[in-house]
This record gives sequence, C-alpha cells and structure tokens, in this order.
Amino acid sequence: MSVTAESRVNAAELIEEVLKAYPEKSAKRRAKHLTVQEEGKSDCDVKSNIKSLPGVMTIRGCAYAGSKGVVWGPIKDMIHISHGPVGCGQYSWASRRNYYIGTTGIDSYGTMQFTSDFQEKDIVFGGDKKLEKIIDEIDVLFPLNKGISIQSECPIGLIGDDIEAVAKKKAKQYEGKTIVPVRCEGFRGVSQSLGHHIANDTIRDFVFDKTDPTKNAFVGTPYDVAIIGDYNIGGDAWSSRILLEEMGLRVIAQWSGDGSIAELENTPKAKLNILHCYRSMNYISRHMEEKYGIPWVEYNFFGPSKIEESLRKIASFFDDSIKEKTEQVILKYQALTNAVIAKYKPRLQGKKVMLFVGGLRPRHVIGAYEDLGMEVVGTGYEFGHNDDYQRTTHYVKDGTLIYDDVTGYEFEKFVEAIQPDLVGSGVKEKYVFQKMGVPFRQMHSWDYSGPYHGYDGFAIFARDMDMAINNPVWALTKTPWKKAA
Amino acid sequence: MSQNAEKVLDHFKLFREPEYKEMFARKKEEFEYAVPAEALQHTIEWTKTEDYKEKNFAREALTVNPAKACQPLGAVFAANGFEGTLPFVHGSQGCVAYYRSHFSRHFKEPTSCVSSSMTEDAAVFGGLNNMIDGLANAYSLYKPKMIAVSTTCMAEVIGDDLNAFIKTSREKGSIPNEFDVPFAHTPAFVGSHITGYDNALLGVVKYFWDGKAGMAPALERKPNKSVNFIGGFDGYVVGNNREIRRIFNEFGIKYTMLCDPSDAWDTPTDGEFRMYDGGTTLEDTANAIHAKATIVMQTISTEKTAAFIESKGQEVVRLHHPVGVAGTDHLLMELSRITGKEIPESLTKERGRLVDAIADSSAHIHGKKFALYGDPDTMLGLTAFLLELGAEPVTVLSTNGDNDWAAKVQALFDASPFGTNCKVYPKKDLWHLRSLLFTEPVDFLIGNTFGKYLDRDTNTPLIRIGFPIFDRHHKHRYPVWGYQGGLNVLVTILDKIFDTMDADTNGIGTTDYSFDIIR
Repeated sequence: MSVTAESRVNAAELIEEVLKAYPEKSAKRRAKHLTVQEEGKSDCDVKSNIKSLPGVMTIRGCAYAGSKGVVWGPIKDMIHISHGPVGCGQYSWASRRNYYIGTTGIDSYGTMQFTSDFQEKDIVFGGDKKLEKIIDEIDVLFPLNKGISIQSECPIGLIGDDIEAVAKKKAKQYEGKTIVPVRCEGFRGVSQSLGHHIANDTIRDFVFDKTDPTKNAFVGTPYDVAIIGDYNIGGDAWSSRILLEEMGLRVIAQWSGDGSIAELENTPKAKLNILHCYRSMNYISRHMEEKYGIPWVEYNFFGPSKIEESLRKIASFFDDSIKEKTEQVILKYQALTNAVIAKYKPRLQGKKVMLFVGGLRPRHVIGAYEDLGMEVVGTGYEFGHNDDYQRTTHYVKDGTLIYDDVTGYEFEKFVEAIQPDLVGSGVKEKYVFQKMGVPFRQMHSWDYSGPYHGYDGFAIFARDMDMAINNPVWALTKTPWKKAA
Repeated sequence: MSQNAEKVLDHFKLFREPEYKEMFARKKEEFEYAVPAEALQHTIEWTKTEDYKEKNFAREALTVNPAKACQPLGAVFAANGFEGTLPFVHGSQGCVAYYRSHFSRHFKEPTSCVSSSMTEDAAVFGGLNNMIDGLANAYSLYKPKMIAVSTTCMAEVIGDDLNAFIKTSREKGSIPNEFDVPFAHTPAFVGSHITGYDNALLGVVKYFWDGKAGMAPALERKPNKSVNFIGGFDGYVVGNNREIRRIFNEFGIKYTMLCDPSDAWDTPTDGEFRMYDGGTTLEDTANAIHAKATIVMQTISTEKTAAFIESKGQEVVRLHHPVGVAGTDHLLMELSRITGKEIPESLTKERGRLVDAIADSSAHIHGKKFALYGDPDTMLGLTAFLLELGAEPVTVLSTNGDNDWAAKVQALFDASPFGTNCKVYPKKDLWHLRSLLFTEPVDFLIGNTFGKYLDRDTNTPLIRIGFPIFDRHHKHRYPVWGYQGGLNVLVTILDKIFDTMDADTNGIGTTDYSFDIIR
C-alpha cells in the first residue's frame, strides 16, 4: 500500500492531537521527538538521546541495564556483581534470554544473580570493605570463574565508594585476575545507552589494556572475524555464526552472547569486526579500528533480503574463495527461504506493523517484515541517537510515523488511531495492546521464542508473526451480543 | 540444514541438530579456553559436599540468588490496589522499567507506573524539579484519581523530602490543591519488597486518616461494625482477594479491602485497555478508620500499618498467610468473634470438603520431605499446612525472614510430631539452599520460578508456589487462601507428586510394574 499525501497529513494531525494532552512546556519538548517521515530527510528529523520527561511513563531503562543487562551480563565465564541494593539484579535476573552453553554455578554464571545486597550501614559507611570481602568469597565458592565485573547501581556513585581502588587491589592480590569496575549507576545518562558506552570503555581499559597479548595461545588465520553486538537472545548469535562459518570465515569471538573472557581478549587479533547492534557496540569497534587497525562493517541478519546483502558485504572484505562460498551459502538457503515465504506471505501480505524497540531492531527488522509482504507504518527507538535515525531513513517509507522515546500515552493513542495488524515492542507494552485486541510480539526477548537471526531464524520469525496475527482469539474479543458497539 | 518451513524448529530443537552441536564444540575447543573437563567435574562434585556447604554458609558479604526484591516494588504493588491510582516512583527511571516488567511477567498484565526520571543533575541539585514536572505530566496525561509516590534508592541517598516536594508541586500548580498524593519513603537498602508494601500502604492510610499531609483535619474514629482486610504483598492477589470477598459475603459482613489490585491485574481482553480498574475507593480508604477491626493476613508484610491502625483504637487480628484447614478455621473464627456472626453453614461444608480431599490423598503426602522458601508470612502458612498434611517441611528458608520469623517457624515445628527433624534458615539465599538440597536431600521443593535452577541442579522436583511465577501461566488467578485455596495448594502439590511418581516408574519392562493406572 502506498502512502498518500493525505495519510501523511493525517499522521501529522495525529501527532498534534496527541500532544494536546501534555502541559504546554512538555508538549513543546515532546513535539521534537515525533514526526512523519518525509523522503529526503537525512535523520528522520527527530531529537533523540535526550532526557525523558518525568512522569510520562517512558519505556526506557538505565545505564546499569545497558551495562550489566546488555553488554557485560552475557560474558558467561565471568561473575557480574550487581553492586548495591538487591532489586536491580533481581529484576534483571536471567530475563534477557542470552543463551549460553556451560555448567551454571560451576564454570558459567549467566543465569545467576550475584549481589552485594546493600543495607543501610553500607550506605552510611560505604561498601568498599564489603566488596573486597565479596571478591574473596567468590574466589572460595566459585574457583573456576575467569573474572569479575562490578556493576554499579545508583548509590555507589552517590556515596563516594572507590570501586576502582578495590578492583585494583584485588586484581593484584589474585595475580592479575580480571576485575572490572563499571560506573554504570542508573542515574547516569538518559537511558540504557550510556551504560553500553561505559561498558565498552571498561572492556577497552580492563580487558584489552590489561591483558598480556601472549596470555592465550592463538594462531590466527586470514579469515578471522568477531561477531560484535549480538547478545544471542534465543540463540541469535548461533544462527548467525553458522552462516559465517559456512562462508569459510572463522568466528574467533562473540560479543557478548555466549561469549567468554578469552574471546574478548583475543578480539584484537581479528581481521574484521562485524557489527550487528551498532548502538551498543560501535564504541569498541571504533576503538579497535583506531588502535589495532581492524576494520568493521555493519550487517543485518533479519530476513533473507538483508541477510543476502549482508553476507555479500562481509565477503567483500575477503578473497574470492570466501566470495564463492558466500554465493553457495545464499544458494543453499534459497529453497528454505522460498518455502517460508510461500507458506507465510499469503497469510501476512499487506499487514501493517508498528514497532518500538531498542538499539537496532526499529530499523533492522523492517526488511524481514517486507520479505513477508508486510509494511512497517510506525517505528521508534527507546534509546537511539541521531546516527541511528540517520541509518533509519533508507529503511522506512515516506509517511512512516516516527516516535523517539515514546511515552505510554503516545504509543497507546498512536496504535488506537492507526490500528495496525501487529505491534512489536516489549513486555511492558505487550498486554496493553493485547487488551486493545491488537496482536503483539515482544521484539526484545522474541516473546520467549527465537532465534530470529539468520536463515534458520527467519523461518521462526515468519511462523511467530503468523501465529500472533492469525490467532483465532482476536475474533473473540467482542461479545456476540454487543458486536455493534 | 535442519530447518524447514513445514515444521519450523525453534530454539527448543534447532540447536540439538548436529550442525549446531558440532559448532558449539568447535567454539568451546578453539576459542573459549574453557576449564578442563576434569576440573569441571571435580568442582561439580565438590559443590555437593559438606565441606562446600560449610564454606557456603560462612559467607558474610556475598548474596547469590536471593529470594527477595527491593522496597519500591512493594510500594508499586500497594499503590496499584487503590481506585484510579497511578504509582509514581521518585528517582531513577530504570527502576520503574524493572518493576513494570517484573509484575507483567508474573501477572501477564500491564502495570502502569511512572518515574520522575532523575539523572545526574538531580543527583547534584536534588529532584524537586523532577517532582514538579513529573506530577504535572502524570496528572495531565493519565488522569488518575490519586498519585501514590514512593522512592528509589537514588532519591533516598540524596535525601529528597517527599512531603516538602509535593507541597511545592501543589504551590507551583502541578496538580490541583485538593488532589490526593499520599507518599512513602521506600529505600531499597532497607528490608525488602514486603517492607515497601508496608511503608506505601501506611503512607496511604496515614494520609487519609491523619489529615492529608496537613491539608485537612485528621479524621476522628467513629467505630462501626465494618471489618477491614489487608492482604499484604501477595502474588496470588487476583484469586485470593476474590475468594476472601466471597467469604465475607457468605458471612454477610460489611468489609473494606484495604488495597485491592485484583481487578487492576486481571482486566479483560475486549478491545479496551483499562489503565485503572477496581481497587479500594478513596472514600472507603478514609472510612476504614471507623471499622471495628482489621484483619491483617500477612503480619510481617504489614507490621507498621498494623501498628498504626491499632493506635487508632481498632482491634488488629494478625495472621501469617493462613493456608489449609486450621489456618482457615482460625481466620473464620476470628471473623465470627469480631462480628458476632456465626460461621455460615456453606463455609462449614467447604471445610468438610477440604478435609475430605486431604483424607483421600494423604497417603501420597504423608512423610514426604519438603524444602520450601519464600516470603516469611507465606512460609509460616505453608509450613503449617504441610505439617497438617503429615508432611515434613525439613528445610524452611527465607531471604527476607529474620530471627523473629525463624522463632515462629520453630514454634510450628515444635508443636507437631512431623516437625521434629525440620530446620529453619532465616536470611539465607538460594545458593545456601542449593547446598542444603545436596547435604539434606528432600523429596520436593516449594518456591517461585527461580527454584527451577535448584530443581535442575539437585534433581529435586519444584512445586511452584510463591512470587514471582514467570514460567507457568495463570496460577495467580487461583486462590491459596480459604478452604478453596487450601484445596488448590493441595492439588498443586499432588499433581507434582503424581507426575514425579509416573516419571519414576515408566521404565518399560524395568520399573513399570508400578506405573499404576489408579493411584
């Protein structure tokens, strides 16, 4: 369905209407985050990465969520201490579905909750002594751990604790053990995003800069690549890795889904960094480019069109043998892709989707929907920056509604007015829209399904979108005796 | 390639295919520099020993896999129980995203709550402007009847004064002068989610009874015959509150349920999103001061609120999450005593039915050993019920239960022959429990969703009773209180016992002589 000038006007009117509910000052500020995409704009023309308004029900999280929850948490053979009161670690405990292979509690710790469980006395007298003791106790009870990260919660920065000094002292005491102090207190920055950046910087400072390059015996090949910015949600990194290996590449590291500290340490030996979630890991990619001369390339493994394009883009960095194998890979999966599209496209053709997700998906998944004949009519980033919106323009069609850091109120009103066939967002939004009778898929956790990356993932993606939209329950939401209403 | 369009393989089966298994092995071998298999096995075995348990219990600083959350979660629960009320948490915004997700994962329902989104500048200058703008925005957008304010640890550490901030916000016109904004300080570094529930509920009750933070004269109590009911922080609130209502109605008692989120967390899918639904009306909240008495269903979850209510001259009946026959008997007899009404025949008959069910099934529960963990009141109720069933609650553990709580559990053990070999563990976490399940094995484990890791590690079947339950659906819709609730708990336990029995006897030609069709 093409977007007409009329519908663009309607969308602009809708934004205006929704803004009326705010106090004047807030309406002015929110207006800068909402727009209708017009061809030719270089960055969707919205403000982003600025403070959320108080009291509006932002969907955003915090820097701790960005560091512990996203970047560091999946490194499986390290212990990540949620340093501060008990809650942050409790609510984020195993909820992101970063799959890994390992013996939990023995050599892997991904689905565990280590906390310093701050009490009032720790706030009053400081928590550094407790932190030292915690590191000692970890050494006794979890002797196979390969390192520790200290994920700061809000109070740490406010009470003046010196976690860097504790980390340094303990690293020395335990003979060069990797102990990483992370200043990801939740009040820093405006969203998860600063937490990603801070976490990236600590990998630079406490993993790259402190690791003896000869620590891990490593024989490189010309085909060594690292997957950067794939958190292996529901196994995404695995269904990506398998394609890269089939292309003839050697994946020496996964950042950070199913990742290990050794993989982080060895990444500077890669020939190419391939970057999926630009938002959360562009920082370390740029650093490796500057310091180690490793080029990086962004890719998109959602849906066959983008996968094919991305595979070729990655292959272009390598010799003809890789390029040939890449064509073979594309060919190999064509039958599967065709069968998936033949099965699901007739059921999904023309369906409209509205998205609101995190770092890369508000643009990255659009191609996968389009492969199934669907259309994304609204999208926005929870914690995107201007460079994300720049990267979005060539994904979205003219007339698409763009909403940055959408509030609960706006999202509800937008969906109510546009009546899409599917909304893709998070667990906090899921039930709001389902109550309204609108099919929904969680697009952070894949609604407990996945993987969605790669060709194997695309089949699952298509099945899941179909089961959401074509669920017979949506025919039951209205009573037979009140159907007119 | 194993994937196919006809039978799509997702993570459950896809990664068991050979191409993936080989890939995992290569990754481990070449890039992870993994722990050698022998060291791994050695450590696995060591964590099962007395030696490990001793070291594990010697922990003084580290907490691993706790069974508790922080105060503001409880505050949001309490706020959600009042008519048209928007919970407002003053502090960092990430916390609110967490509370909302946590509740949505348990109830499979939306949870509305706003934050004042404090950032670094607020850390330096205080969060007054965040409160002023936050209340104005929340009021305009979400049109609540009341906004209930609580705090994250950030606001507490920098010492923001809610009372003064809300006053200033009124002066600045953020909200109308007469608009109700009760508040409570809920520092995450004190107590747990149940403490936050207590503080927030006290905040609401105190606000209405003691003169709306200086905006109205304090209410004077004029005793009537009504009874208040306070459920406490309760993951089964949807089923429980409806069951309790039914019991009150059977009696014909006039009652006020103080804090009732049972409708807010159980709205229909009919095309309309209800941000607010049901809940205790503000009028009833104020009038609750006149009640004859208040039933406090979870005393440890409601300590301060109970003391405040008592200070107004009401009788407070303090219970500990009663489950089962004797627990419900006690509840009903107290209701009868307070109101002078006889226990209705209908409930007496229900009692008989629960006793009947226990008699029918007790052979399968009698003497079975259980480990259980959870909130302190819940543990008291479940321990009493297990003893009533002739089971042995060998290990009773709570992260947010203190020594006073432990003494109460011990008293239950002491009063029953089935409690002889049982032990209570206050202020311990699920990593402690892991050791105990190895050194003092039991037949079944009772706890929340996180217990599934213990089930996996120690091969102790988990019976899911507690909060949160993320990985089973709709359990919160069924009561665990009242005789009907007791029956639900009994059946939940029995189902797992029978499933385990069947799984243990289905060896073809080896153990399936016991694979009985009648049990």
